[in-house]
Amino acid sequence: MLNPVIDEDGAPFWEYTARGELRVQACAERDCGELRFPPRPCCPHCGSFASEWRLMSGRGRIWSYVLPHPPLLPDYAEQAPYNAVLVELADAPRIRLAGNVVTAPDARLDSVDPSRLRIGAPVRVAFTEIDGLAVPRWILERG
Amino acid sequence: MLKDATAIVGIGQTAFAKRLPETEKALACRAVLAALDDAGIAPSEVDAFASYTMEETDEVEVAKAIGAGDVTFFSKVGYGGGGSCATVGHLAAAIATGQASVGVAWRSRKRGSGPRPWKNTAVQLPTPGQWTRPYGLLRPADEIGMLARRYMHEYGATRDHLFNVALACRNRANQNPDAIMYERPLTREMYMTSRWISEPLCLFDNCLETDGALACVVVSAERARDCRQKPVYVHSAAQGLPAQHHGMVNYWNDDPLSGPAWTAARHLWKTADFGPQDVDVAQIYDAFTPLVPLSLEGYGFCGRGEGAAFTEGGALELGGRLPLNTGGGGLSEAYVHGFNLINEGVKQLRGTSTAQVPDAATCLVTAGEGVPTSAVLLRA
Repeated sequence: MLNPVIDEDGAPFWEYTARGELRVQACAERDCGELRFPPRPCCPHCGSFASEWRLMSGRGRIWSYVLPHPPLLPDYAEQAPYNAVLVELADAPRIRLAGNVVTAPDARLDSVDPSRLRIGAPVRVAFTEIDGLAVPRWILERG
Repeated sequence: MLKDATAIVGIGQTAFAKRLPETEKALACRAVLAALDDAGIAPSEVDAFASYTMEETDEVEVAKAIGAGDVTFFSKVGYGGGGSCATVGHLAAAIATGQASVGVAWRSRKRGSGPRPWKNTAVQLPTPGQWTRPYGLLRPADEIGMLARRYMHEYGATRDHLFNVALACRNRANQNPDAIMYERPLTREMYMTSRWISEPLCLFDNCLETDGALACVVVSAERARDCRQKPVYVHSAAQGLPAQHHGMVNYWNDDPLSGPAWTAARHLWKTADFGPQDVDVAQIYDAFTPLVPLSLEGYGFCGRGEGAAFTEGGALELGGRLPLNTGGGGLSEAYVHGFNLINEGVKQLRGTSTAQVPDAATCLVTAGEGVPTSAVLLRA
């Protein structure tokens, strides 16, 4: 499996997931405060380099999804067809996190029957530990 | 001004196949020399080059192999197939501003027998791939499939609309002896029962995997009048990187379904003497079928959300509202990062296409939608 990459801009995201928190970078300028993703050094709205990480509720809706079939990298092919989704965050609808809908945080990427996936379906975040990183997964609210 | 200041006067290509024995470098040289021969211009006169950042044979190798003269302009454009038309655009700009006089653009790629870029796990995942690839969005087909499903959901587009795109390209390929799919017709049943690649995209929604190379030669309009071939003028050229765009994973802005095509189109039409309704034939980048309805909207052939419906009733076929990809495109002629679309546009305006649109005088050629892109308007 490919592990998430930790770089300087994104490191706080993973520090917060390790505490069980889903946070998104936001401008810390009082008059601005715009959220942005992926993380970057400065605010595209006001140019400020001051940023903070705002706590999200962890709830969202499926904005779209695909079901990849082989040819794929071996670790993914072994679980195919699996789902890959974009989750529109309830607190930040323009920010759509890529992820996987699973039956439980540690379940396989193909653990949810694809017929249960719908655009608009409500999901909530859960975290699974992969190689020391707390990686977000998504659970259907109406499981 | 760029308008009609330069012209494409030579085109060249190698054979297209799943596997060609020669190296990418040899194929590049063959395509470039064929284009120069077509133009009737000696290699020693070439003083400008333009290609893609993904092109593996660099200017130094090509220039010394073909026997180019002193080169005073060279440029490479990024973002894979998004750079195709910009190679011509950069040469046109360089020649129109007096930086060079004979420009060659090319692309050589062994994507048929060579590696699939997405299989490379050795390189560090860049932003934004580090936020998507670990979750199994591994391939361009997965990344575009995500936008495709959302597009289908928002606008009522169906797989039949995507099939219309695949079929139009295949039908034109069936007329083109150089196309990989020349002798292989496509039916709706084949399409609907084919295997998934990344649902909602099936095998026939994906471009070919091809070995091949192409090139073209750009000179000033004045010089073009003395060349062997009928000049095809570069009427307008544009690149497009929209505000807050994220590349092929354009998932984090207000409107992921309006992409770089819209940005390129605004500039393209602003500097042109004609509009979308005056385009006789189009070559629209088709790495994946859903890029075509998106591009039809972006370049103004229809309104927002109408791209799928536009494909109905044979609109994309010969005799339709907008015949497109008349050599077969990336889906059915060859996938060489869209360079075959440029050369096919030239063939149409010379009147030498294997699927000729009668009296075609204007052609839109586009590069990949869904990544920072480019486009050119050509006229006879």
